[in-house]
Amino acid sequence: MKTRNEKAWLLVLPVLILVAFSAVVPLMTVVNYSVQDTFGNNVFFWAGLEWFDEMLHSERMWNALVRQLAFSGIILAIEVPLGIFVALNMPKKGAWSSLCLVLMALPLLIPWNVVGTIWQIFGRVDIGLLGHTLDAMGIDYNYTQGFYAAWITVIAMDVWHWTSLVALLAYAGLRSIPDAYYQAARIDQASRWSVFRYIELPKMRGVLTIAILLRFMDSFKIYTEPFVLTGGGPGNATTFLSIDLVKMALGQFDLGPAAAFSLMYFLVIMVISYVFYIVMTNLDKQEGGA
Amino acid sequence: MAEITLDKLAHTYLSEPRSADDFALQEMNHVWRDGEAYALLGPSGCGKSTLLNIISGLLVPSHGRVLFDGRDVTALSTAERNIAQVFQFPVVYDTMTVRENLAFPLKNRGLPAAEIAERVGRVGRMIGMEGGLDRRAAGLTADAKQKISLGRGMVRDDVNALLFDEPLTVIDPHMKWELRTQLKQLHRDFGHTMIYVTHDQTEALTFADRVVVMNDGVVVQIGTPEELFERPRHTFVGYFIGSPGMNLFEARIEGARAVVAGTRFDLGRSYTTGPGRTQIGVRPEYIRLGDHGLPARVTRVEDVGRHRIVRLEMDGQELAAVVPEGRPVPDGGTHVQFVEGGVNVYEDDWRVTPDEEREAA
Repeated sequence: MKTRNEKAWLLVLPVLILVAFSAVVPLMTVVNYSVQDTFGNNVFFWAGLEWFDEMLHSERMWNALVRQLAFSGIILAIEVPLGIFVALNMPKKGAWSSLCLVLMALPLLIPWNVVGTIWQIFGRVDIGLLGHTLDAMGIDYNYTQGFYAAWITVIAMDVWHWTSLVALLAYAGLRSIPDAYYQAARIDQASRWSVFRYIELPKMRGVLTIAILLRFMDSFKIYTEPFVLTGGGPGNATTFLSIDLVKMALGQFDLGPAAAFSLMYFLVIMVISYVFYIVMTNLDKQEGGA
Repeated sequence: MAEITLDKLAHTYLSEPRSADDFALQEMNHVWRDGEAYALLGPSGCGKSTLLNIISGLLVPSHGRVLFDGRDVTALSTAERNIAQVFQFPVVYDTMTVRENLAFPLKNRGLPAAEIAERVGRVGRMIGMEGGLDRRAAGLTADAKQKISLGRGMVRDDVNALLFDEPLTVIDPHMKWELRTQLKQLHRDFGHTMIYVTHDQTEALTFADRVVVMNDGVVVQIGTPEELFERPRHTFVGYFIGSPGMNLFEARIEGARAVVAGTRFDLGRSYTTGPGRTQIGVRPEYIRLGDHGLPARVTRVEDVGRHRIVRLEMDGQELAAVVPEGRPVPDGGTHVQFVEGGVNVYEDDWRVTPDEEREAA
C-alpha cells in the first residue's frame, strides 16, 4: 500500500505563492480588463468577448503582426547562420579563444535602451559614424524618414546585439564534440562540408534549438531597442506588436482592447514556440533512430 | 596491409627537451610484421596512445621516422597513410544509416556506386550486421557502433593497418568478450595488420599474436603472450602481466646458484651477472609449497574459484603462490620451492640471459 504524506504540499507552497504573485495574479488582472469596458471613474462594465472580436478584425493589429513576423523571420535567417559561421571560425583553445569569448559576450551585457541609443547616435547623419559615412558616400540614408533605412537599421542593431548569443551557444555545442570525430572524419577523407553536415550540425542540434527558440521569443516581443531608435516610425514602419500594444494601453488608455490584444499576443508566442519545439524534438527523435 | 617500421622514433611534447624525462616516447627501433595482430599494453600514461597516434599520423613525431613497407610516411597525413582507426568512444555519423556510414569513406574517395554497394554488402556480412544496414546508426548500442567504426576501416580494401585505441572501454562486460573474439576471428580470416592499444592484460594477451609492453615511454618487451609469461625481459613485465604478478626476491647470484634469504639453492642454469642489483623472479604459478625448500609462513589465502592465491611471508618479503583447486594449503609454517625453469634472474630490473641461451644465440 502506498503511504501518502500531504505535508509535502507545504514544501511546494513558497513556489506557488511566488508564481501566483509574479505571474498568475498580473495575468488574471489582464484577463479581467480584457472582458470589461470603462468610461473612467473606475467604473467597469461587462463586455464579454467584444474586445477580442474587435482586435481580431483590427487591421492595425494584423499589420503589426505581419511586421513582427517579418522582423523575427529576417533576424533568425541572419543571426543563426551568421552565429554558426562565427562559432566555426573562433579559435578552439588558448588565450585567443578566451579573448574572443569575452568580446562576443560584450554586446549581450549592454542594456536594451543603451543599445537603442548607441545605434540612434551611430546612424545619425550629422554626428553618427555610420550615418555620416553613408551620407558621405552619397547614399541616401535616414532611418527617421526612410522605410528601408529604418528597417535595415533595426535589423542591423538586433544582429549586432544578439548574434553573439547564437555564436556562443553554437561554440559550446562545437566544443563538446570529441576529437575522435574529427580524426575519424580525416581518416574517412571527409570534406570540410561533410564534417559540417554530418558531424558538427547534428551535434549542434540541441543548442541550436535553444538558440532559435530564445531568439524567436525575444525578437517577437522586442520593444525597447526600436522604441528608442525609431519610436515605431517612420509612420508605423517599425511599429512592432509590443510597441503598438504600449501605444494602445498607455498612450490611448484603451485598457480593454489592449488587454485582449496582449492575451492574444501571449498566445501567439506560446503556440509558435510550442510548435517549433515539438518539430525540433521530433526531428531529434528521428535522427536518434529511437 | 603493410609492414610497419619505427626507425629511431622518439617523441616529446616539449619544444626543447633537456633530459630523457622530457620524452613521452624514448627512442625505439622496431619492425612490426605485415598481417600480425599487435597489442600495445601498458599502464595509463605510458605512451601507448602517443605511439598509436604517431603510427596513425594524427601526431607527427618529434624525432625519427615511420615507414610502411619501407616507404617513409612520417610526414603524410592519416588519410594518405591509408590506415583505419577505431577510437575509445564509438564514432558513427549519427544522421546516417549503417549502410551510409560504411559507404562514407568510399564515397569520399569517389568510387563508383556499384563497387561501393558491393563492398558495403561484403563488410556488412563481415561485421555481422547485414540484417541492419538500413537502420539509423544513432540508436544502436555501443558495441554495434564500434563494429560500424571497424567496418568503415575494413571497407577500404587497400587499408594498411587497422588501429584500435582501447576500443572496448565503453562496451558492456558481457559484450567485451564476444567483440574481442569476433575481432580475433576477423584477423584470422582477413589478415589485416592490427594494432590494439589497451591497459587490460587479458584483452592484450587474448587478442594479439605479439604484445608490445610499454612503461614510461619505453617499449620494455615485444613478445608472444607465452614469452611474456615465461621470460619477462624486465621486472615491470613480470609484475604487470599475470594475476598476481611475478614474485621478486633480492638474491645473490653465484653462477648456477642463488642465495635468497641466507639459503642457497640451485638455479639449474648458470648466469653471469655484473655489479648491479640482482633479483630473481618467480611466477606464483611456479611456486610449490611443501616440506622442503625455503622456510615461509602463510599469511592469507584468497579463493578465486579455479585456484587459490596463497600469500606468504618469507624472511620479511611478501610473495604469492598459486595453488590449484584440490591441493591442500598448509597452515602457518611451510616451505617454498621453485619449479625448475620457472626462475628468471634480473640485474638492475633487466633479465639476465642464461649462459647456455647466450651461447646458443
